[in-house]
Amino acid sequence: MYEFRMPSLGADMEAGILSKWLVQPGDRVKRGDVVAIIETEKSDIEVEIFASGQVEKILVEKGQKVPVGTLLATLATNGEAAAAPAPAPKPVAAPPPPPTPVPVATPAPPPPPAAGLRSSPAARKRARELGIDLAAVTGSGPSGAVTLADVEEAVPAHQHVHPVARNMAAELGIDLSKVTGTGIGGAVTKADVEAAVRPAALEEPVAPRDRAAAMRRAIAAAMARSKREIPHYYLATEIDMSRALAWLAEENRRRSVEERILPAALLLKAVACALREVPGLNGFWVDGAFQPSAAVHLGVAISLRGGGLIAPAIHDAGRKSLGELMADLRGLVQRTRAGSLRSSEVSDPTITVTNLGDQGVETVFGVIYPPQVALVGLGTIVERPWAKDGMLAARPVLTATLSADHRASDGHRGATFLAALDRLLQAPEKLP
Amino acid sequence: MIQTAEDLRATVFSVLAEIAPEADAASVDAAESLREQLDLDSMDFLNFVIGLHKRLGVEIPESDYSRLSSINGVIAYLGARAR
Repeated sequence: MYEFRMPSLGADMEAGILSKWLVQPGDRVKRGDVVAIIETEKSDIEVEIFASGQVEKILVEKGQKVPVGTLLATLATNGEAAAAPAPAPKPVAAPPPPPTPVPVATPAPPPPPAAGLRSSPAARKRARELGIDLAAVTGSGPSGAVTLADVEEAVPAHQHVHPVARNMAAELGIDLSKVTGTGIGGAVTKADVEAAVRPAALEEPVAPRDRAAAMRRAIAAAMARSKREIPHYYLATEIDMSRALAWLAEENRRRSVEERILPAALLLKAVACALREVPGLNGFWVDGAFQPSAAVHLGVAISLRGGGLIAPAIHDAGRKSLGELMADLRGLVQRTRAGSLRSSEVSDPTITVTNLGDQGVETVFGVIYPPQVALVGLGTIVERPWAKDGMLAARPVLTATLSADHRASDGHRGATFLAALDRLLQAPEKLP
Repeated sequence: MIQTAEDLRATVFSVLAEIAPEADAASVDAAESLREQLDLDSMDFLNFVIGLHKRLGVEIPESDYSRLSSINGVIAYLGARAR
């Protein structure tokens, strides 16, 4: 049996609200499936499961707030499922039909006209739509045939719903059978659906304004802890970006607009490669010791349009091609701003990069996000006078900084990292 | 496909709305910098260019980005190409 628990979606998370289950008992899931949406102080996160099997029990209901580590659901892993049949029978989600085309079985076949039961095609179609049993309808047509009008008559009063109201209810996820109709003959109107929404909206765990305040608190807690516990040291260097930008412009000329690469992606790639060369900066400080991480999961600080920021991770950034990194970055920015991040993206960055280049800032010294031990800051690329080999020229220049935890590394190590970053950016075509 | 300036303007704003939902035609000064008015970063701007490309089929090389800095610039640029 696999136990699905409330994940830690960031070092500062203590509890989460189960805002939605995407599975129910009896459903089959496979590793990597998104099974629930968890609301944290910062965002709604789509949570993936890390085992395959069949959902047995759901132990935490929608809307509940529970601490990290709380058992949320149990899963019968493959092999067990047969021995322990799911208690909740789920005939609808029965095993998918064999892949052979069986056109007959796909659309619900019209009920066979039983002896003495006749109906018009329009009546049968409407009855199917409304889920009405034709046998229970009294026919008023020739020879007692059930007509369309008979079917409409047979609809229970509360099922009379104005089309606008029906659409609205579907969008809002309102159960129409629970809405009291106030229209003619008890029909449900748009106003009725609107009235039904209000109490549901009140149950929303966090309103947008509270969300902003909660995010502020989460950032405050993590940053205060960082400055309380982590002895930061800071380094900065200026990097001539002319080769990197010329190479990128040439590369982008060959790429379609969808595949174009931003300087930010190239910089992330170079940071990841430099981190693989220089140990001591990529990993976590846990229980008084540095735990290096073999993989580089780059946390990318992404600002939200309403304020606040989230730093989800690009996994294995050092191993990804520039194109893959750019696609990841684009997706991550989009999902962060849409509030649909995956749990695996927020849980385990091993270092964070903050890029304030777009705001025109030249130098940023960041605050380390505990338990990480370093943060790389990238400013805007500006044209500056650059002296080299006794010559003066105007060059695009980037100021790269490092904030690092002095418990885990020393300034010499940090300087080696910045030097490696500079060197890698002078030969962008050689980045693996 | 020949687009009038009005069609183009509507398309440009609908692409913008996907990137900066708070952007509306009334509050944006068509002659001023889009990036500054709407706080677009380079990723937003790239998505804007991709959106225009998808809707209008116009190839916009990076070297032309500077001509797309304002709404007026975008419409003039696209008007000469979207046909």
